[in-house]
Amino acid sequence: MNGRIFALAVALVALATLPYWMTGVYYINVASQILFYAIFALALNVLVGYAGLVSLGHAGLFGVTAYAVGYMLQLGFGHPIAILAALIISILSMAVFAALSLRSTGIGFIMITLALGEILWGLAYRWISLTGGDNGLSLQTRPAPFGYSLSDVNTFYYATLIIFLLTLAAVTVFVRSPLGAALMGTRDQPRRMNALGYHVWAIRFYACLFSGLLTAVSAILFVYYTQFISPQTLALTASAEVLLMVISGGAGTLLGPIFGAGLVVIVKTVVSGFIERWNFLLGAIFVAIVILMPEGLVPGTVRLWRLAWRKRARRKAIPSSAEAKP
Amino acid sequence: MTFWLVLTANSITFGGLLFLLSAGFSLIFGLMRIPNLTHGSLFMLGAYIGATFVIGMLGVKMNFWLAAVLATLTVAFVGALAERLLLRRLPGDQLAQVLVTLGLSFMAADFCLMVWGGDPLSVATPPELAGFARLGILVFPNYRLAIIVIAAIVAIGLWLLLERTRLGAMIRAGVDDPDMARVVGIRVSQLFTIVFALGAGLAAFAGIIGGPILSVYPGLDQDMLPLALVVVILGGTGSLLGSFVGSIIVGFIYNFGQALLPELAYFVLFLPMLLVLLLRPQGLFGRHVP
Repeated sequence: MNGRIFALAVALVALATLPYWMTGVYYINVASQILFYAIFALALNVLVGYAGLVSLGHAGLFGVTAYAVGYMLQLGFGHPIAILAALIISILSMAVFAALSLRSTGIGFIMITLALGEILWGLAYRWISLTGGDNGLSLQTRPAPFGYSLSDVNTFYYATLIIFLLTLAAVTVFVRSPLGAALMGTRDQPRRMNALGYHVWAIRFYACLFSGLLTAVSAILFVYYTQFISPQTLALTASAEVLLMVISGGAGTLLGPIFGAGLVVIVKTVVSGFIERWNFLLGAIFVAIVILMPEGLVPGTVRLWRLAWRKRARRKAIPSSAEAKP
Repeated sequence: MTFWLVLTANSITFGGLLFLLSAGFSLIFGLMRIPNLTHGSLFMLGAYIGATFVIGMLGVKMNFWLAAVLATLTVAFVGALAERLLLRRLPGDQLAQVLVTLGLSFMAADFCLMVWGGDPLSVATPPELAGFARLGILVFPNYRLAIIVIAAIVAIGLWLLLERTRLGAMIRAGVDDPDMARVVGIRVSQLFTIVFALGAGLAAFAGIIGGPILSVYPGLDQDMLPLALVVVILGGTGSLLGSFVGSIIVGFIYNFGQALLPELAYFVLFLPMLLVLLLRPQGLFGRHVP
């Protein structure tokens, strides 16, 4: 356990001092991207990992927030109002989204979220008077909270880092709270939870709202980072990318999705420098992970490592290995 | 008046195409309990392969119908292969199976982009159906009429297959109660391969038949998959009648929506789906809630 705390402290210090040891605007930008995608992955993980509800429409919600920010700014409102309005619109959309998709669970949930996500994509693509269609919307400026302008690369990185750490804390608290425990109960034994008097539907609905809020936070960071939003952001591939982050890192773990976000963003950035076939690779990784390491890379590696460790330990203590614990 | 008539006729044509696409989707869902997310890709793959044969990219120009049959068989084989080699490895794990089909759909989309490039291919209508038919005041392309006839023939053929043959009875048994079907000696896993190949073939056939109307372009898969999803949510899974009625409804809403509210055409599709989800979650003719 101490080793774990030590590793986390090292990671925290490394993140906090990143602009000092990693020189180059490009790399700091990649780090910012990893952080806000990690927030997105944490948001999806609340549903996929802790509620057992796999959503394939989260990029649609992400896009709703991003478009809301862009549109409000285009109407001439300031940054605080645009952000606030975007948050409210996102929560309302998530409520509708959840009310519809929670009609069923399992495969039905996947299908309905997929259809809803595609409809949002279609809206972004075709409703040209609102979204600008394929040309997308551009943002002219980044906000400057407390006098620190986010146009600066390092400031943007630190702002993202702070929000990321707050999100991680919020998710940790949520998972350990009674509501989080009840949510995991509805994932594993919905009937028993119902019999015990829990309102299964309401618990899932709250989890959806929480996930929607975090998604909106990451989308706001995203839209200020790229200063541009187009229908591509809402495409099914985007939903699949974030799902890949969650699954590759390990769904239902706190740190897994963060590793997954790092992995996917780095592979995507590095690979698209060399070849154009990112989607092919994305699909192939998806298939490979699902078939070969379904519990995710982090838990999968840990499992293999522990297995090897135990084998070594067992070989040392051969005489008493007869009643080795499973 | 003519405007409305043409729109109606077009809607029925598009509904026919959607039926070819979604009948397989619905059967696969009914039997294997997974939404096959490669269905749009199979449609696109069929369209591209068919177009390749018709245009003569491989050096031989083929008759349209021969090309359609060849493309259908090729894609049906690909579908059977995917089921045997990948989905078969994850028995009973539906979530993993869905994710595999999702991954495959990305690979297929990128594969098509790599092989056929980004420019749309247009497929000529077969010369024997090139003209127009006069039906009272309505002037309507022969080819579109032919699509309606073909869809009707396929619908009747599928109905006969499912209701009047031994294989159909086994498939129905598998849809209704896979465990009991296994107990009485039906090899349900073999049915999976057959139904998957059948669905893939139907989707590919729809793709090549739709080629002269829709043309073939990258992103066709992403355009068609949501439509198939909406049809199946509307009609209910595992029901042939459901996908038939659902296809016609979606065909009408999509065409009328595009003519009357072009910016919101995609959104109007959402309304009937919403109503059905609220009032009848298993779909109009569904056998079980997904």
